[in-house]
Amino acid sequence: MTVKLTGLVVVAAVAIAFPYVFSSPVDTNYGVYAMIFVTAASAWNIFSGFSGYISLGQAVFFGSGAYTVGIAARDWHMKGDGIFVLLPLGAVVATAIAIPFGLVALRVRRHTFIVITIAVFFIFQLMAYDFSFTGGTIGLPAPFLSWPLATFNNPFYFMALGAAAVTITLAWLIKRSRFGLQLRAIKDDEDRALGLGVRTMRVKLSAFMLSAFITGFIGGVWFLYITQVLPSSGFDPLFDLTIVLMAFLGGVGTIAGPVIGALLIEPGRLWLNTQFTNGYLSEILLGALFLLIVLFMPRGIVPTGGEWIKKIRSRGRPAIEPKGRGDAWTDERGTSEEGRRRLEAARRRESG
Amino acid sequence: MTAEIYRAIADGILIGGVYALMAVGLTLIFGVLDIINIAQGVLVVLGAYLSYSLSARLHLDLFLGLLITVPAMFIVGVVIHYAFIRRLRGRERTAMTLLVTYAVALIIEGILYEIYGPNDKELTASYVSSSVHIFGFYLPYIYLYGFALALVLVGALYALLYRTRFGRSVRATMQDETAARLIGIDVNKVAAITFGVGVAVTATGGMMYGATYGGFNPNSGYDLISRLLAIIILAGMGSIGGALVASIFMLTVESLVTIWSPQWSIIVFYGALVIVLVVHPTGFFGRQPVRAQ
Repeated sequence: MTVKLTGLVVVAAVAIAFPYVFSSPVDTNYGVYAMIFVTAASAWNIFSGFSGYISLGQAVFFGSGAYTVGIAARDWHMKGDGIFVLLPLGAVVATAIAIPFGLVALRVRRHTFIVITIAVFFIFQLMAYDFSFTGGTIGLPAPFLSWPLATFNNPFYFMALGAAAVTITLAWLIKRSRFGLQLRAIKDDEDRALGLGVRTMRVKLSAFMLSAFITGFIGGVWFLYITQVLPSSGFDPLFDLTIVLMAFLGGVGTIAGPVIGALLIEPGRLWLNTQFTNGYLSEILLGALFLLIVLFMPRGIVPTGGEWIKKIRSRGRPAIEPKGRGDAWTDERGTSEEGRRRLEAARRRESG
Repeated sequence: MTAEIYRAIADGILIGGVYALMAVGLTLIFGVLDIINIAQGVLVVLGAYLSYSLSARLHLDLFLGLLITVPAMFIVGVVIHYAFIRRLRGRERTAMTLLVTYAVALIIEGILYEIYGPNDKELTASYVSSSVHIFGFYLPYIYLYGFALALVLVGALYALLYRTRFGRSVRATMQDETAARLIGIDVNKVAAITFGVGVAVTATGGMMYGATYGGFNPNSGYDLISRLLAIIILAGMGSIGGALVASIFMLTVESLVTIWSPQWSIIVFYGALVIVLVVHPTGFFGRQPVRAQ
């Protein structure tokens, strides 16, 4: 535990020190984007990773957050630093959108759910294009911030870092809670969970709304940072797929997985874009990387890495094998180190 | 106004036939392999580019060119299945196949950008630009030819599935993979050929798309795949006849709404999907309940 705590403190210290060590705007730009995607991928994971409902419509919330901030700032004539109070409004609007969206989409499962999220996503993108209050194809500009250019990125970095920290903490708390257990029960077997008294719709919808809230918030931050939103950038199909890729690279349903995935992919993507001016080669490389990950590390870095560490640790002495299912469940909450290891081993065996 | 409505209905039915061609491949692949092939959209565009190259470079007739592009796309499909899809097993298979086919789509899209550039291309031929005068309005010949071809191909697929030994193994695999395996069907082979066939028909769909849509670029695949997904979900996934009916229905609805407002037509398109699914979650012709997990 102390090792983990020390690790966490070190990670936090590095994250906070980052903009002071690498203080050029080019470097902090990487940091801002990385943190935005850490937040978005973790938010996706809270709903999709835990419940097994793969959502490809997160950009609906991201774009709604961005557009809400933009429209409110324009219509209420807000200028200067005051616009940051609009960020929670963006989050609330995204959550409000998640309620009807979820009530419709969460009635169906698996492939159909995925397709409905895509359909809703396109409805939103088209609305952004076609309605007059969204600014149509030219989108919306963000109010001007008269900050010094050298440190312009830093407040955004800390805002995104704060959002990321809150999201990760929430994910951790949820995973340990009864709510998290209910979500995972839905992932394993929804009908049985329903039979056992889990109010599945309520649970799914709550997670969906929470995920929307965070994504809407970070969408607003992103909008103020890049100072413009277009229908194609606010509601971007690549955004949906990128955060899913991040979660899969790191490990779906784990806490650290989406974080690690986002930290690897987003800076990598930005760097590739600077290397190839036409952008097509970076697209091909991203696709190829994607294929390699799915084919050779299908469960993600965190679960696979965890196994390697366990293998290295148990070298020289026999790994503890659970004797049977009943045995593993004698300590079902996994409170002791031994019990937890057995429980995990049994789970692994069951999942194949 | 009435003339406009008739025109819109005719357009919807004829273009619906073209969409049916593309949707049938998608729904067939879903039915047999239980995966959503996100790359289907960009494969249609690839088919269109192949036709474009053949007609622009070799001055081959569009329909004649299909004799080359269809087998080529069949091979592309079998290779994609062999290299990537076949390996995926286990609990996360649904999501994994989605990601893999998306990655394939990204790569193909990137390659198309490299070769053809981002500018819109269009397929041209004498029958694309000339029209026939029937029922008081002009219809380009290509619409009629394309619709006829779509009917023939959908019919041929039906015959393949319901009148041949291979079709019987495909249907058996669709119903129950384990049982099919037990009675000696080579499920992997069936899956590979189905994937190939599903991709091969997109060559035809792609040619028609390129000739009727009015310009396409490597990015067109995204708009296309979302429409195709909407169609096959509405039809009930895995239903081939349903895909034909749903394509015609959706495209007619879209084309009718276009008279009143072009912006709203596509929103209505997806809105119709959402409404139908709320009322009837299995789609029009879905036999298996979508809810089963």
